[in-house]
Amino acid sequence: MSSALPSSFSVTTGRGIASEVRVFGTDGPAVVFLHGTTGLFDDEPMLSALSTGSRFRVFAPALPGYGPESDDSGETQLDDMLDVALHGWDLVDAIKSEVGLAGPVHLVGQDVGAMIASEMAAVARHDVDRLGLVSPLGMWVASAPIPDIFAMLPFEFPAALFSDIGLGTQLLTKGLDFEDPKAIEAFQVRNSRRLGFMGKLLFPVPNRRLSTRAYRISAPTHVVWGANDNLTPVDPYRAAWDSAITLATSTVVDDAGHSVHVEQGQLCARIIGDFLAGLR
Amino acid sequence: MKFVWFNLMPWPDLPDDFRANHRSVWVDIDQKLFDPVRANALYHQYMDQLEYADAMGFDGIGVNEHHQNAYGIMPSPNIIAAGLARRTSKAAICVIGNSIALYNPPIRVAEEFAMLDCISGGRLVAGFPVGTPMDTNFSYGQIPALTRKKYAENHELIMRAWKETEPFAFDGQFNQLRYVNCWPKPIQQPHPPIYIPGGGSIETWDFCIENDYNYSYLSYSGYKAGKMLLDGYWERVAALGKDDSPFRAAFAQTICVAENDAQAEELYAEHILYFYNRCLHVYPGFADPPGYRTVKTIKAGALSQLRRSNQKSFTQLTWKDLVEGGYVIAGGPDTVRERMEEMIKSLRVGLVFGLFHQGSMPDWLTRYNTQMFAEKVMPQLRNMWPEYDSDNRWWIKPLEGRVQPEVSFEDRLRDGLRPS
Repeated sequence: MSSALPSSFSVTTGRGIASEVRVFGTDGPAVVFLHGTTGLFDDEPMLSALSTGSRFRVFAPALPGYGPESDDSGETQLDDMLDVALHGWDLVDAIKSEVGLAGPVHLVGQDVGAMIASEMAAVARHDVDRLGLVSPLGMWVASAPIPDIFAMLPFEFPAALFSDIGLGTQLLTKGLDFEDPKAIEAFQVRNSRRLGFMGKLLFPVPNRRLSTRAYRISAPTHVVWGANDNLTPVDPYRAAWDSAITLATSTVVDDAGHSVHVEQGQLCARIIGDFLAGLR
Repeated sequence: MKFVWFNLMPWPDLPDDFRANHRSVWVDIDQKLFDPVRANALYHQYMDQLEYADAMGFDGIGVNEHHQNAYGIMPSPNIIAAGLARRTSKAAICVIGNSIALYNPPIRVAEEFAMLDCISGGRLVAGFPVGTPMDTNFSYGQIPALTRKKYAENHELIMRAWKETEPFAFDGQFNQLRYVNCWPKPIQQPHPPIYIPGGGSIETWDFCIENDYNYSYLSYSGYKAGKMLLDGYWERVAALGKDDSPFRAAFAQTICVAENDAQAEELYAEHILYFYNRCLHVYPGFADPPGYRTVKTIKAGALSQLRRSNQKSFTQLTWKDLVEGGYVIAGGPDTVRERMEEMIKSLRVGLVFGLFHQGSMPDWLTRYNTQMFAEKVMPQLRNMWPEYDSDNRWWIKPLEGRVQPEVSFEDRLRDGLRPS
């Protein structure tokens, strides 16, 4: 029925915030994916693999700050965690309306997207079918402070976010010429809009007390970690999430860092896909 | 023309290898470098210098707020200002200023500034900086993208607290107060002169112009680099239909006066280079967190003075670079006067925040510099803007003198201390 959907479409939420939604696949149960601080890359191997063989249809909306700059892109309207969690549900509602869906959906998020998805699942526990989290932010363990991404210089991001630093550099800078003032300005504007918005959830400490609300998450939950995650190290963050969410299970993937969904996209898709299908 | 004697209050004992072995002078400065006993001497020395400037005839004495910063050991300028208010009688007490986005609730600023204005007899100049990212975001944890929103709300609350004559309720995004009732109130009504220190954000220009606040460009890059930015400010003043009184703008400048140019280098170079080479060694990651500068400011190309490219140049500057580039105005009295004239005219400023103590400068040299400027330079610069002589819109309106009690303790002693 939805095979005629284009690879992307626009929605406008009830609050009046516009978002471009990328679509992976043409059929299968719906999955809404919330991206992390790096946004959506041109190639999203986990999302493509999830949609292979019509296993799932994945809808990936751009979060505020990650779409085209406009008055209604949301980054100046939403200021705190509740604002953003409800915006997440506004997006889900808009997508369901556009596609003609009803009932609970699968929610998957990575990094700050996983933080938002978890808050959404705590706020509206009966509207989430299954919850998939990939290298989530949102918990804080004092003995293992998460590095300060807001004080990082551009060249420091690949090592923080990727196990394969070369791949990270290629994806994050896309051949950006740091000698070109116009290119630097465009990079600064993009960075300011994206991380400036996410700073409302992550600065100065990426913890908005989800742990006090996580008991409300009743959806079965699976958390995927990269074994070489330098941002949210598996030990102790895996245990923190496993203990905070009642029905949480987790998997650690080798040869991957914080961006495990990119570095091991096929394997991540298999783990998350099997979980969403009830096979885990 | 008005001159304010300003002291950043730097830590003067950063080691020679500071740049090589420490990441930053600010935010995560190595605590082992601080010695509280040494600070006892420094605080008193720096306050003595500010009092000396009052005695030497400067129009104002200036303090400011920095946190976790080795070039400014003054996280609470109001404490210093309170001491100065008691021990001086003429100079304006310029607190430039309190970073109002940091205070919760900001009523605290309205109250403390009102106290300072009362104690000083109406000599307070009130500064409201947005605050640097190093102070506001990284040291005090304010969210970069919400800093300006919070600043705007806090400004509104402080001004209402000063102006309103009845208790009122305030329902803001960051402050909800059922009973705002500022007590005490400032002597200067409706409020003390407001100065907004800025580093290049174009939103700050419009804010100053629309509210008729002084825009104080505090840069360490000197007047030659400052000209481009202040030209932009004056264009906005004209565009918004305001008059071009030079007292709308102020500029901070490091000034070193000696008998002659050669002696200036001999006396001051070591201490000024200490400031530029060590005190401005800020980790670039702390200088510009995403969301702090607006997209509009980024696109306008206004440069943060601590951006990476500038950072590199600051710490590699030589004395010759500093003097020729206008970062420092140094030399014999005639040289300093000529360059000050050039600076004042080219920037069109009616007030200069003079940095006469800088870096590791010893007390005797600071006082010598202050005296030389006060006696041999300042008098020659007083009449730079004769057509604006009577324009006191941006200046203090103090009492004639300290208000004395009706009956003093001495009177009572003479009367045998009997209750009346």
